[in-house]
Amino acid sequence: MVTGTAAEVVGAVTDPELPMITLAELGVIREVRQGEGGVLVTITPTYSGCPAMESIRADIRTALRRAGFGRAEVRTVIAPPWTTDWISESGRRKLAEAGIAPPGAAPVRATGPIPISLSPRPTAVACPRCGHTDTETLAAFGATACRELRRCPACREPFEHMREI
Amino acid sequence: MAFDDAYHALTDHDDDARWAYGTGFTDPLAGVPGDLPDGVDRTELAAYCLMLGDDALILSHRLQQWVTRSPELEDELALANIGLDLLGQARLLLTRAGVAEGWGRDEDDLAMRRDPSGFRNVCLAERADADFAHLVARLFALSTWRLALLDRLTASRDPMLAAIAAKGVKEVTYHRDYAAQWVVRLGDGTPLSHDRMLAAVETLTPQLAELFRSHPTEIGLASVGVAVDPATLEAEFTQVWTHVLQTATLLPPTASLGGGAAPSLACDPAAEVSGVPAGIEQERARPWGRDGEHTPALAEILDEMQGVARSVPGGVW
Repeated sequence: MVTGTAAEVVGAVTDPELPMITLAELGVIREVRQGEGGVLVTITPTYSGCPAMESIRADIRTALRRAGFGRAEVRTVIAPPWTTDWISESGRRKLAEAGIAPPGAAPVRATGPIPISLSPRPTAVACPRCGHTDTETLAAFGATACRELRRCPACREPFEHMREI
Repeated sequence: MAFDDAYHALTDHDDDARWAYGTGFTDPLAGVPGDLPDGVDRTELAAYCLMLGDDALILSHRLQQWVTRSPELEDELALANIGLDLLGQARLLLTRAGVAEGWGRDEDDLAMRRDPSGFRNVCLAERADADFAHLVARLFALSTWRLALLDRLTASRDPMLAAIAAKGVKEVTYHRDYAAQWVVRLGDGTPLSHDRMLAAVETLTPQLAELFRSHPTEIGLASVGVAVDPATLEAEFTQVWTHVLQTATLLPPTASLGGGAAPSLACDPAAEVSGVPAGIEQERARPWGRDGEHTPALAEILDEMQGVARSVPGGVW
């Protein structure tokens, strides 16, 4: 028996590294096509070396199989490149609720050479615990490629922030 | 099959797939279309993909060697993440190289079953780092160069190279910031850190000319809008290099670029003033990675990186 549409099933699969949000909310599901031959899902990696891609593909296929869909294929595309702007509003809310400050708007590229930052980028990131906005970067690379480590001087707690790309 | 669908075949569709040597990651070539842009020689395109892929693969391995040896846990995370980004770029580029050459070689074949003479990375990617200052200087140089290269490559007529570059630009922007911030922190730090950072830059500087030496493959593919001629990166590189070294108090502020063009790494006699080398002819006599001539360091890296593949040929687990 098939439960739900393929898009609903795929959209409900959670991210292996950010289990509080779904792949759809993360913006890595590009297309779900349901045809006579099966389901074709197109996903995109957050980073070139994202080690979670194999888990994500497997999780999608497993979810579709359990929901009663037959053949399922998961394709990967890398163009256009993923951007944190594709994270949905509900995804941002859930990240914040889990203590991970959601990304701000992705940097807009001006013409000419890409500018270099010799100090931490002056991004206004609100502390997900107390809401204080004047937080500081502790380390530009965190537990995964997409996160950095910050600190809130008001509540004195460190927290993670999803970097804008 | 359209190019839009080509990327799917760079990845596996097997539930059991893991991404490490010998774990069955051999399917990604199946179904990758051999489509090439018009007027592009597939052997040349494969050679070019190998150059950029090997740069990323070998530097990634060097960065991995720093994990457990970094000054702080945060830097282990940073270097591991940067290495992971580069490994991802390398996998895409090596897979593309295998498809373009058309001999059926996959990313594992290319990474694990080539001798040093088969590698096309620049020698700077393979050099060992005497200390953390050397590492951040080298990472700063290589990411500044690679970022300028990938930025231009986003306009490549080969849609796969353009897509790989567009993704890489976002990543390498963070790599360059990380390395440059360390160069400034150490250079403008204590007298001891300043001296050690300066020593690292002085060791590195004569090795930079290789980055801007154009290989016939690069020139040929650049002329048909597919590749980037590295000679065209030198001005941007020198601007960034000089700016960061000045901020790090490793170059006098008077060695500014005021007035004229950026000093040339290749032939400008003023280059020594701004900390970049003259004497390109000497540099050109050095080993040239793009032609498969390497320092002994590459063999050491491959001994380690290819150890499992050599001892268990064809092993799968």
